[in-house]
Amino acid sequence: MLKIDNLSKIYRVGTFGGQELHAVDQVSFEVEDRQIVSLIGESGSGKSTIGKMILGLIPKSSGSISFNGTETSSLKNSALKEYYRKVQGVFQDPFSSYNPIFKADRVFKLIREEFFPSVEACEWDEKVENALKAVGLNPENVLNKFPHQLSGGQLQRLLMARALLLDIKFLVADEVISMLDASTRIDVLNLLADLKSRGLSILFITHDLCLGYYISDQSVILYKGHIMEKGTTEKIYSNPLHPYTRMLMASVPRLDKKWEPADVKWKDEQPKHKGGCAYAERCPFVFDKCRERPLLVEITKGHSVACWRRSEIR
Amino acid sequence: MSLQVENLRVHYQTLQGNVQALEGVTFNIADGEIMGLAGESGCGKTTLGYSLIHLTLPKKFIGGCVTLDSQLLPIWDAEKMQAYRFKKVSIIPQYAMSAMNPTRKIGRMTLELLESRGIRFNDILPEFKRRLELVKLPQDVLNMYPIELSGGMKQRVVMVLSTLLNPSLLIADEVTSALDVSTQQAVAEMLVEFREREFVKSMIVITHDISILYQIADSILVMYAGRPAEKASTSVIINSPLHPYTRLLISSLPKSGVKYSNQRLSGIPGNPPLLLDPPTGCRFKDRCPAAFAKCSQEPPFIEVKQGHQVACWKESGKHA
Repeated sequence: MLKIDNLSKIYRVGTFGGQELHAVDQVSFEVEDRQIVSLIGESGSGKSTIGKMILGLIPKSSGSISFNGTETSSLKNSALKEYYRKVQGVFQDPFSSYNPIFKADRVFKLIREEFFPSVEACEWDEKVENALKAVGLNPENVLNKFPHQLSGGQLQRLLMARALLLDIKFLVADEVISMLDASTRIDVLNLLADLKSRGLSILFITHDLCLGYYISDQSVILYKGHIMEKGTTEKIYSNPLHPYTRMLMASVPRLDKKWEPADVKWKDEQPKHKGGCAYAERCPFVFDKCRERPLLVEITKGHSVACWRRSEIR
Repeated sequence: MSLQVENLRVHYQTLQGNVQALEGVTFNIADGEIMGLAGESGCGKTTLGYSLIHLTLPKKFIGGCVTLDSQLLPIWDAEKMQAYRFKKVSIIPQYAMSAMNPTRKIGRMTLELLESRGIRFNDILPEFKRRLELVKLPQDVLNMYPIELSGGMKQRVVMVLSTLLNPSLLIADEVTSALDVSTQQAVAEMLVEFREREFVKSMIVITHDISILYQIADSILVMYAGRPAEKASTSVIINSPLHPYTRLLISSLPKSGVKYSNQRLSGIPGNPPLLLDPPTGCRFKDRCPAAFAKCSQEPPFIEVKQGHQVACWKESGKHA
């Protein structure tokens, strides 16, 4: 459904834009029909940048993003509008996604004006009501209210209902639950799983490994814009191969296991070699070859890792 | 007992009336205990933390007493508290990364901070350097501006500064929330190490992330809508909680190895009550699956087992 090939995003930084920052560096992965793919990484890993490039919010530097075989960056006018009928995003902070001066259901009105000008009012109301029910909201409780009168979970679900009105096929969910409380976040997560059974594909961007495991079919682990490891969620979680993935798995706070005594404590960063493995600066297994960039190599079917010492680390 | 809080009540003054942010909070912390304070946003956990050190408007002290090392803390009087702040009670604020003065080098800022408290910087300097070394910071940071440090480094400097005078009580407010998982672990373990080395006697760790508390806390106090719901040792809260709210909260957390297709978790329906005009009786009763007639009266926060306190009629009835 969505294919990302060698995607890169380079920002110019420094006083006169003299330096380059590779926010996303030659990333390739695919999202198939009815699949939830989670994009996992720490801050600065480029996970949100990828989401924004898919949604066309920022231009890409090189590589390709194709949706059902068409390259998205070349879309213009009506073709682009058709694209947004099928692909939508929901973001981290539900409170700042709304204009506080207007009522929250204005987002539905805008969708109607933009995409469905010919639909009758009563038919539209019914459509809105169905979308709200699909995300588990009671229309009476949320329509005609201002954003400050609704909770974060309700606002987040309203945004998903807005996306559903468009009969979308692909949803970019960028940290949608990190702002929500524990008691409501699981409901939003279950909602994503339900949407999948309605035929949606979802790119689930998160920093939380447990949430990624709970919901996704495929996982992609990112570090500083490079893919470290990707594959089916089960394989990655049961048998993490990359040193970075292992470090992540070990340091995630869990409810069923106490931390092992950490050896990762404030490791001095090693000098970075341009073009080498991005994780070399923190990796405990680093050796000379890490100055070259390792390629993603498939270890078993549906499980690839980018590490020179992949065969030794077992 | 290092810290005893009895029936603490703190309200926020607003134009609409008093918001009852803390109502009858009672708990004890033993010497060397790390107590986690958990709950949803708006349950009063940060208000409780700040009330113990800096209670100012719009927060208003209504009643209760706080005893630290058998000394009554005058938390209602911001002036008198000056003598205790930083020396006896200290805090690592939530905004630790932006807590430092951007126009001063870190060494100079520390000097000004200490001298304003009547302590000579040079007396403390060797210990300060030693502790910076302990958290793996080079001594050069004394000659650096905060902007030159990374987020994790700033957090560590603030942690060392906050505990420099060996306070009896340290309040750590969401110290790990803004950090990456690997840094999170190191910061959390450093808190434990500060306790081991007796830089601080006891600690309150405020966080919404219960899995962090499971790693480092000795006991957990769960709050709901300004009231304590349950306090017990960490393993009891995680593995065999008694209060319905704690149970639902723990069961809604995705554990690693749980997938929605195998085991679908569920959240807690409903929202916490507004504290401007809170419901009478148990504040959880509208969302509670086990609510019954008696819940319209306020449940007492009582000890049902050794070191296990619960505010729920179902439980207190059983053991009465």
